[in-house]
Amino acid sequence: MEQNHVAHTDHFDPVASKLGMWLFIFTEILLFGGLFIVYSVYRFKHPVEFHLAAEELNVTIGLINTIILLISSMTVAMSITALQLGNKKLTMILLAVTLVLALVFLVNKYFEWGAKIHHDIYPGSEFLMSLSKGDMLFFGLYFFMTGLHAIHIIVGMVLLAVVFVKVRNGSVNQGRVSLLENGGLYWHLVDLIWIFLFPLFYLIH
Amino acid sequence: MSEHKNHISSYKSQVIVLLSLIVLTVLTVTITSVHLGPFNTAAAMLIASVKATIVLLYFMHLKFDEKIYRFMVALVLAIYVVVIIITFFDNLYRP
Amino acid sequence: MTGNTSTQRMPSYLEYQGKYTGIRAWILSTDHKRIALLYLYSQLFFFLAGLVMGLFMKLELIAPGRQIMGPATYNALFTVHGLTMIFLFIIPGLAASFGNFMIPIMIGAKDVAFPKLNLFSWYLFVFGAVIVLLGIFTGDGPPDTGWTFYAPYSLKTNTNVVLTVFGAFVLGFSSILTGLNFIVTIHRMRAPGMGFFRMPLFIWSLYGTAWIQLLATPVVGITFLMVVADRVLHIGFFDPAQGGDPVLYQHLFWIYSHPAVYIMILPAMGAITEIITTFSHRTVFGYKAIAMSSLAIAFVGYLVWGHHMFTSGMSETARLVFSFLTFLVAIPSAIKVFNWTATMYKGSISLEPPFWWAMAFIFIFMIGGLTGLVLGSVSTDVHVHDTMFVVAHFHYIVFGGAGIAFFAALHYWYPKMFGKMYNKKVANRALLLLFIGFNVLYMPMFFLGFMGMPRRYYDYLPQFANLNLLSTIGSWILATALIIIIVNLLRAKKGTPEEMDDPWGGRTLEWKIQSPPSLENFEEIPVIDHEPYELIEK
Ligand code: HEM
Ligand SMILES: [Cu+2]
Repeated sequence: MEQNHVAHTDHFDPVASKLGMWLFIFTEILLFGGLFIVYSVYRFKHPVEFHLAAEELNVTIGLINTIILLISSMTVAMSITALQLGNKKLTMILLAVTLVLALVFLVNKYFEWGAKIHHDIYPGSEFLMSLSKGDMLFFGLYFFMTGLHAIHIIVGMVLLAVVFVKVRNGSVNQGRVSLLENGGLYWHLVDLIWIFLFPLFYLIH
Repeated sequence: MSEHKNHISSYKSQVIVLLSLIVLTVLTVTITSVHLGPFNTAAAMLIASVKATIVLLYFMHLKFDEKIYRFMVALVLAIYVVVIIITFFDNLYRP
Repeated sequence: MTGNTSTQRMPSYLEYQGKYTGIRAWILSTDHKRIALLYLYSQLFFFLAGLVMGLFMKLELIAPGRQIMGPATYNALFTVHGLTMIFLFIIPGLAASFGNFMIPIMIGAKDVAFPKLNLFSWYLFVFGAVIVLLGIFTGDGPPDTGWTFYAPYSLKTNTNVVLTVFGAFVLGFSSILTGLNFIVTIHRMRAPGMGFFRMPLFIWSLYGTAWIQLLATPVVGITFLMVVADRVLHIGFFDPAQGGDPVLYQHLFWIYSHPAVYIMILPAMGAITEIITTFSHRTVFGYKAIAMSSLAIAFVGYLVWGHHMFTSGMSETARLVFSFLTFLVAIPSAIKVFNWTATMYKGSISLEPPFWWAMAFIFIFMIGGLTGLVLGSVSTDVHVHDTMFVVAHFHYIVFGGAGIAFFAALHYWYPKMFGKMYNKKVANRALLLLFIGFNVLYMPMFFLGFMGMPRRYYDYLPQFANLNLLSTIGSWILATALIIIIVNLLRAKKGTPEEMDDPWGGRTLEWKIQSPPSLENFEEIPVIDHEPYELIEK
């Protein structure tokens, strides 16, 4: 989209874009918020089934993925520090590490989902339909919420990849870290949501 | 909202934040594996909230930003919590 | 006021020649004023489309029995009418068109904070509308669920729910991004000296609205996605056969859709405040009370959604809580009405068309608000729920309130936006006709509702015939009036700059610049050194 006129749109206000990012994060929080409401209502209605269904999930994979995301949050935060200190190379390394960690998270998720689907547990499967209502809801929520979260991971990765390129070609730099900061904020949001998803799905014992 | 002096977080502080988050994660896993009845969920949620607060304050830099961001985040979360509570006026008391 | 009045005239935003010509100069423009007009035209287009559907429905209801369509067509028609009017006309509402045009000007800025995002929001709006239209014309036909998409019927019907719901999801994102843009604009782009408490009240109302857009819309967004998932993947979130809870769907739907009423009505109230202040030639009475009541409405309005669900099987406790909270929201709304009245008191009122529009608004909105109390208390609501009474009530609020305010704003800012003035006499007479038509159309529905005529049926019992006939005649009067109004606006005549720059003697910033404004609004950013609505000698 090119400008029809240039005069007044080329100024850049980092505070405005940061505020905009935060507002966007609020919408994301309420987007997931709707799902957390659904989760808590159904868990309230079917406590025992939720409890038993959760045993099917692999705590170890969940734990590993949690720690991966936490580490990636730190590397993003560090990349901001690095850029603020003018260390472009370190910034790029840290961003690359973040992207790799995100990828590992997704690969884990892939195997986790794969195992479930292999056991005929997926939305609408015949086996799941034969289980109790609480089971259906639990796994429905599990796939929907972790799936939506995975989509957010992918979006975050794209965002950080764009930032990576911009750091490399210098349009994001020590004097202009805004885009990196906002990418970081988004990435922390993805982490934040996982912090709640993990105990709610994996740790009901 | 005035332009603010840039606070730069040190690498060391970020490592400390990460370590405390990991410790809390391990703590949840152990707590939920012993039987405390309904307190399991409460404990898990409490720890998750502490973790979230740490991420918000340090990684997301709220602690060092202008007050207005903290205010906005608090307001949004408060509205959300009230909405949940009101929803449960229905589910808790349904015959 | 510094600057502007004596400086030479610049080419207006309408004439300005940029890089592109023809239609591309519009659909690729990031100028907030051109985007505002893009919204305005699309909204009016959808309004007229919805109007035609409404007329067909009324024609079907002119007498008992089948007239021009069967039940299936009628069901599709009220669904699509509702969807069009709600999501394509009145939710973008005054904010997307007049808000877009006026926010930067009224706070002394050259544009919104994110001009490209602004244009992108309009594209999303069009994209969402196209998806909704596709949903109507493809697959197994238009949805017949009502605009509310209540589960489990919306999960079971064969009609094209998935596409339509997805379209509504996209429209929601357009709305969110507009709200986001406005909040940042208001926080960051105010001219020097323009403190928060010096902003015109229209801006305050848009600020409250923007927060609702931001915080409520995602909830319905995710709910619509869950409906899609239920239909496509058979997850069963809201399907009782799989343990889902249809009442929970209603909760989630109304957690958005009640605040959505405030997305429609708050900017309307803001515009009415501007109009009343201008034509009373006084400073507004109770500036802070009005500003704060906008925020109070936004906040409390977030917590009352359950009054749409009194008969849904929700718990007794919840019904009491929601009923109580609902009565609370009446307070800030009433504050506004009292302040408007007090503003007019001892003002020197000039009776121009926009002022009459504002009076029509207050009158009709009050009937809507008072009948709302009937629906807000549980004991009376159970009698009239899902009857024509509800249809009458929400048309009084949504059409008579927000819709009429939309046209009031159009008459008020028309000279500013286009540098032209319509024929005032015709405008006044057409408004009178509209006012009559409106009440003849909807007033009988209150009585029909009390008598027990249910909504959403193409047919009714013979004892309802007379009032329905009257109501249908009202719809023709109303439509005639709307045609006159629009033709009158289209035939408006160019005036001299002296006549057009400030035809009403307004006290807000938009009246201090040329009409139509130049591309940059202000050649030099103004410095504000006076309180809101203070009279400034030129
Ligand atoms: C201009 C003339 C209009 C006419 C003649 C008209 C007529 C109608 C009729 C006959 C119904 C169906 C009632 C039923 O059987 O339940 C209806 C429903 C509705 N109308 Fe209108 N209407 C008009 C304008 C508007 C406007 C301006 C809006 C909103 C801005 C609006 C919003 C709605 C909604 C939301 C519904 C409910 C749809 C549903 O039941 O799902 N209408 N209208
Ligand atoms: Cu409501």
